[in-house]
Amino acid sequence: MQRYILRRLLTLIPTLLGISIIVFLVMRLIPGDTISAMIGTQFKLTDAQAQALRAYFGLDKSLPEQYWGWLTAALQGNFGVSVRSGRSVLQEILSRFPLTFELALLATLIAVTVGIPIGLLSAARRGTLLDLGARSFALLGMALPSFLVGTLIIYFLSARLHILPNAGNYVSLWDDPLKNLTQMFFPALTLGLAFSASVMRTTRSAMLEQLNSDYLRTARAKGLPERMIVRRHALRNALIPIITIVGFEAGYLFGGAVIVEDVFALPGVGRLLLNAISQRDYALVQGTVIFIAFIFVLVNLLADIAYTFANPRIRYE
Amino acid sequence: MIRQLRTLPVVAVLLVLFLSLALAGCAPVGAPVAQPDAAATTAAPAEPATPKAGGVLIAARAADAKGLDPHVQTAFSSFRALEQIYEPLLRLNADMNVIPNLAESWAWSEDGKTLALTLRDNVKFHDGTPMTSADVKFSFERILNEATGAASRSFFTAIESIDTPDDYTVVFNLAAPNAALLAAVTNPNSAILSKAWLEGGADPAVDTNGTGPFKLKSWEPDNLMVLEANPDYWQAGLPYLAGIELRTIPDETSILAALRAGEVDWAIINDPRVGVTAATADLTLMRSPALAYHVLQLNATRPQFQDERVRLAISCAIDRQQVLDTASLGEGEVTAPATPLNYRAPLDELTCYTKDVERAQQLLADAGVSDVKFTMIAAADEPPTALAEAQNIQAQLEEIGVTAEIETLELGVYVDRWLKGDFDAAIALNGGNPDPDNMFYRYWHSTGNLNKVAGYSSPAIDALLDDARSTVDVAKRKELYLEIQKQLTAAAPWIWLYVGNEYRPMQKDVMGYTPLNNGSTVYLRETWLNR
Repeated sequence: MQRYILRRLLTLIPTLLGISIIVFLVMRLIPGDTISAMIGTQFKLTDAQAQALRAYFGLDKSLPEQYWGWLTAALQGNFGVSVRSGRSVLQEILSRFPLTFELALLATLIAVTVGIPIGLLSAARRGTLLDLGARSFALLGMALPSFLVGTLIIYFLSARLHILPNAGNYVSLWDDPLKNLTQMFFPALTLGLAFSASVMRTTRSAMLEQLNSDYLRTARAKGLPERMIVRRHALRNALIPIITIVGFEAGYLFGGAVIVEDVFALPGVGRLLLNAISQRDYALVQGTVIFIAFIFVLVNLLADIAYTFANPRIRYE
Repeated sequence: MIRQLRTLPVVAVLLVLFLSLALAGCAPVGAPVAQPDAAATTAAPAEPATPKAGGVLIAARAADAKGLDPHVQTAFSSFRALEQIYEPLLRLNADMNVIPNLAESWAWSEDGKTLALTLRDNVKFHDGTPMTSADVKFSFERILNEATGAASRSFFTAIESIDTPDDYTVVFNLAAPNAALLAAVTNPNSAILSKAWLEGGADPAVDTNGTGPFKLKSWEPDNLMVLEANPDYWQAGLPYLAGIELRTIPDETSILAALRAGEVDWAIINDPRVGVTAATADLTLMRSPALAYHVLQLNATRPQFQDERVRLAISCAIDRQQVLDTASLGEGEVTAPATPLNYRAPLDELTCYTKDVERAQQLLADAGVSDVKFTMIAAADEPPTALAEAQNIQAQLEEIGVTAEIETLELGVYVDRWLKGDFDAAIALNGGNPDPDNMFYRYWHSTGNLNKVAGYSSPAIDALLDDARSTVDVAKRKELYLEIQKQLTAAAPWIWLYVGNEYRPMQKDVMGYTPLNNGSTVYLRETWLNR
């Protein structure tokens, strides 16, 4: 197992390298660069001034030269400096990641604790009103865009209850756990509801497949109670696709949920990346995308390891 | 397991949650969204006599500053923060007139080629060092140095040399008279920095050291900027506030929610559709007409627009008030090319400011074209009304048989194409300026650095612009700019539309704030909390 994990971690290297090249090229090919983004249409610079600024940011060198400069520095741990704040890229990302991590974790927890039980219920009571209700819930969850749900929640809180925990005053978990949790609850709920809808559907279809399989027919014939069938056999085997979907979507969440961060004024990784792209803050975009890719790969690795618990026959060499 | 699950409560709770959310959307708001009449502003309550010192103002806006160097930053969001920390020699008051700031008086020489300023002797930088004429000279030289990339450099190229006869006197020697220089000196991009601080190796992109009423305590970009009062500020008694917390809340409706919940004291709202809903009974809303103007830029170098009659036809076919009403809910007013009120031409003296479809069709017939097509570029969300303006214009132009396509671009892409003049037409929100020279010269003079973007020039306009720039007599300048505006609207390289409003909603106990037409928030130094 350890060798397997090590091998997977080693594949990170070519993956991240490939991603860095693609992101680098794409960012440079998009029209507009750091200077034009910085000055905007209130442009009052002469061409000489613009040239001087470009040279200052190293943008006048050739693309391969710029990439090589970035790569050699990155391998030594220096991912550059953000154009906007002057702080190091790593510092920017690490100051935002705990929020995104917490948000993703809470959303995943909500998704799993809501989605799996409802999915089980739905599968067991297939065709009943309960099943219909659950499937409608799933449809609503997937259809309602997160900005709509988020904005409605904020409206309800501020206009009706006259409270708003998310007023641009985010505090981290370490500084004030209670306040932090009140601030994270609604964003996590917004994300979690949509997430739980897909978890529920996957659970339901996986369970249905299991419950109708031959080996369980045998078990029932042998007299095993339904409760044990579901818990001991069906659920465990159904877990495989559930873990897949949870791992996949959680991986995305760990990369930042831009819309929810925007609506609830949370300074997470998603917003960081969005603003960096908008400002053509090349070093920050590069560093952030690679970081997100790294986290995504890690989360999927964790999902793969989780399979072995669900199904002991799966072994990794 | 399933029998053990308490499923009904779970489902019930969820259904209730959804239902209540849905109902929250349907239920009527406490105070219905009032259709405000154009002149109304929820007036600030009558102010008690004495301001109270202390307290931290919690301010919110959607866009954070993009950087800290006052000479380089041009985003409006950056200005709003930097103008608390750094100051220029002169500034504008609520009537957009130039008044003393770090300089207590100024005098032009008779020939208009020398400007002498007397500085205050009690100004200190935040690091405690006093400000002298050496700092002023150094700051302007930094602005003029091309390597700095200073945004206001083009306003000061007339400066040949700067003399500092003593510690508190600065003399600018100009190559030619330039009446607009005074207004340029009030720009936040003309702030005074400390010579010793910069020469000592400080980086203004990362650290700050200004003379302003507030110092930068901390900045987490795109999240929170904390300012604290400058105890040694040269204006005795100011600022009243102990500090300002500038929060970034990207969604303006969330800003409004925060105001309603009492979590935020004061805010900047740009989107008129959100601005109008801020006019509620529990908040004070200050609305002021902006200097920035909405415009449909035509590119006169493109084949379909080379004929002046085609451009004029478009100008005649567009009812500007309708664009204003549709895109900005009527919040604002139709404008002439020069937006400051004391230079704005009366609309009835300009060509085609009244919709005249017949005339438009006649012009097109005269030009011999029947099938004009073009594409307008618009930046997504900048301004928020851009797309709505484009759609309304598209609909209006259909009446005269002109087909306008709309291309929505991401802001960075839009800026790139705009700067290159790579468009048929562009919907833009351009910055205004209290002095029309600073608005017009760089676009309309053939040597202006944005003339390529404007796509049009004429020798007559060149001569008028040069004349107006060097005339100090205000009455004469007004006449010249009136003539320039008439010529511009007759040639119609751009279709000037309207100026919108700036919105500053705040809690009822926030007192002493005065909004300025150029969006400046300098009067936060006189703001106090009645709590």
